[in-house]
Amino acid sequence: MTEGFLFQALIYLTAAIVCVPIAKRLGMGSVLGYLLAGIVIGPYALGFIGREGQDIMHFAEFGVVMMLFLIGLELEPSHFWGMRHRILGMGSAQIIVTSLVLCAGMMLLNFNWKTALASSLALAMSSTAIVLQSMKEKGLGDTEAGKSSFAVLLFQDIAVIPILALLPLLAVSTGHGTGAQSKAILEGLPGWLQTAAVLGAGGSVVLAGRFVIVPFLRIVARTHLRELLTAAALLIVIATAFLMQLVGLSPALGAFLAGVVLANSEFRHELESDIEPFKGLLLGLFFIAVGASINFKLLVDSPLQIISLVFAVIAVKTIVLIGTGKLFKITFDQNLIFALGLSQVGEFAFVLFGFMHQLHILPDHLTDIMMAVTAFSMTITPPLLFINERFILPRFGTLEAELKEADVIDVQHPVIIAGFGDFGSTIGRFLRANGIAATILDNDSDRVDLLRKMGFKVFYGDAARPDILKSAGADTARVLITAVADPSTNCDLVEKIQKHYPHLTIMVRTKDRQDAYEMLDMGVKDVYRESLDTSIRLGVDVLVKLGYRRYSATRAGQNFLKYDEAALLKLAPHRHDEKSYIYNAREQITLQEQLLANDRAVNPTINDHAWESDLRKDQQGEG
Amino acid sequence: MNHFRSTLTNDENDASTPAKILSQQGEGTQDGAHFLAKRVLILFAHPRFEKSRVNRALLSTLPVSDALTLHDLYELYPDYNIDVEAEKQLLLTHDILIWHHPFYMYSAPAILKQWLDLVLEYGWAHGTGGDFLKDKTAFNVITTGGTRETYRSDGFNRFTIREFLCPFEQTARLCKMTYLPPFAVQGTYRLTDGELSRHAADYGFLLQHLSAGAYSREEMGQFAFLNDWLAARQRTQTP
Repeated sequence: MTEGFLFQALIYLTAAIVCVPIAKRLGMGSVLGYLLAGIVIGPYALGFIGREGQDIMHFAEFGVVMMLFLIGLELEPSHFWGMRHRILGMGSAQIIVTSLVLCAGMMLLNFNWKTALASSLALAMSSTAIVLQSMKEKGLGDTEAGKSSFAVLLFQDIAVIPILALLPLLAVSTGHGTGAQSKAILEGLPGWLQTAAVLGAGGSVVLAGRFVIVPFLRIVARTHLRELLTAAALLIVIATAFLMQLVGLSPALGAFLAGVVLANSEFRHELESDIEPFKGLLLGLFFIAVGASINFKLLVDSPLQIISLVFAVIAVKTIVLIGTGKLFKITFDQNLIFALGLSQVGEFAFVLFGFMHQLHILPDHLTDIMMAVTAFSMTITPPLLFINERFILPRFGTLEAELKEADVIDVQHPVIIAGFGDFGSTIGRFLRANGIAATILDNDSDRVDLLRKMGFKVFYGDAARPDILKSAGADTARVLITAVADPSTNCDLVEKIQKHYPHLTIMVRTKDRQDAYEMLDMGVKDVYRESLDTSIRLGVDVLVKLGYRRYSATRAGQNFLKYDEAALLKLAPHRHDEKSYIYNAREQITLQEQLLANDRAVNPTINDHAWESDLRKDQQGEG
Repeated sequence: MNHFRSTLTNDENDASTPAKILSQQGEGTQDGAHFLAKRVLILFAHPRFEKSRVNRALLSTLPVSDALTLHDLYELYPDYNIDVEAEKQLLLTHDILIWHHPFYMYSAPAILKQWLDLVLEYGWAHGTGGDFLKDKTAFNVITTGGTRETYRSDGFNRFTIREFLCPFEQTARLCKMTYLPPFAVQGTYRLTDGELSRHAADYGFLLQHLSAGAYSREEMGQFAFLNDWLAARQRTQTP
């Protein structure tokens, strides 16, 4: 089946490009699209790829490492520290209880206790790739469910270390010579030295992040070679992963740590935009490989065994997670999203099962079954979340729309606000204070419940869904405000509105200048950069603190705002002139340079001729 | 102190700006052919236009013409940050300048003073080289709550309207413009709908005469109010 690299690349890319848009169109997210693509080109359907799918999966797992690096970059150390209770509490509860229940179940099925314990530890793992990707796509990252999922996943990453250390002890055969290839360097060392090495590796990542990587990046940046910076970014991730593997830690965890350390550096955005496309492609490849690795032959041979195992595992994990969620007082909706989201067996299980096989804890036949269960459970997660979102939650959880009393005529509101975080809620409060009622769309069930108690008319769900827009009264409203923090969500929404409700005036919140350009390109006229006014207000106050009269400073601020808005419109059509128009940090910097140069040339009038003309004083003497 | 409810219903909202009224009227009747003689600029300043019955009526009968520009200062510059260069350009393309405003505390609302201070620059509108407004015409269109009788030396307000408008008159003079008597709608609280629509029609006539160039500034200057000039003119024209 190996017709060379080009043929393989052709197959993978074509499959992804055909399947992912279809899945997205059906509202099921890209993860399922990739998985389906994998199944289609896998050995049991079209047969374009065979056993080498496994190798590709191991290669593509690196996408997960990059993903955690990126997550680390977005997470400031202090924020991370603030999550420690959630990580330790929820994470440990989930792993310990899940493993014990599964282990007990397997022992009842006459597995020997070693096999049962080892497998149930592996089965307790969830898939970072699937969960985080799905949460991000649905815009749930900041909800209770999103944060809790992340905490549990992070704990699992940490837990892999002791589990890997524990497995050799369970090994049936005492001589586990070839077993731990990843721990080669530490083998035979006394325990305290191993611990020291592990701690040393973690510490060196932190120290290197602070004192080596940033100066190193500065040197690289000075060459002004874009690809060199990309190479440097990849080098950081790969080197960290390598170091971690050397001492037997999880590469993903190491990358996460490196990300957190670099979160405060000036290269944060640069690194983000460099790694992002690699991560996306590798994760896509990883999902395809998982899809391709599903052993349908096993399913056909013993369908009942596999299916009942998959559902048993998912059921146990879900129930334990619901319990964990309840313990941590997560509300019903969020808890269900959290529990079903994490109900699959994750990619770590592939590694762990492989390792157990080498250690002879798991016999060949059982390894195949476990691998199949893992792959199946991963494939089932996206449809499960979809069913939950569309059919279960709307019936049993927070309602998409509040039930109306039959005799109350539904008042149509002129304004719809999509996204009711800090930004949207300020708009909503302002409008309400002025007697304008707004209909609110939000996808955080906790917030929806609260707002309904406060008497707001709220619809719960993904604002870009046509049926939700319709029931929110998009037909009769006059203005729709997109106040979601995530630009791509706003973009989706704007597209939908322009297509289905062209009469609506769209007013958008944008993250930055780049984002504003994109909205202008899409034909949106009312574009509001979220930090512009605040920054200028702060600037005005700086002038005041430096001794300017407040009114003069205010006027300077007003003029600057006007000038900046005009510059935005003026530069928008020309920004594609330069060759590199792909969104990246470098363009942002170029843009800033341009702006700074223009600002100096224009020098908005803090010393204009208003009221007191210097000209007149010169001609007539001080008056 | 009036505490108005700040709620706007949709209907009021639609008529909240004179520009909208103007553009609504603008559909259909676009014959400005004989109006081209003079170009008139109305600098309109009303901080609560949506609450002003009288001013809404006055602006509702404006003739539609290319030669007439309605410039709504509070709508354009809600932050009082007047675009001086744009205002100067606008002045250059007009011959007659109308300061249209309610008569608050015997003067104009704050934004009009801001406009005068910022736009009529030294070296441009007045002073050395300040000849850009030379020979243009300016006057006030005002609405007052008090009747004409209260604005007399023996009346409640102790001074005449013309006396209160001295700063405008002299500003016009400083900028080498000809200042005309005001057009005033007075006693606004007691105006009946009939009286109000007659005033509005008069304002419309006045603007038509002005943009047609059918007037003499000397003749107008002999009246205390342009309302009176208009009345005299209508008497002579109707047999």
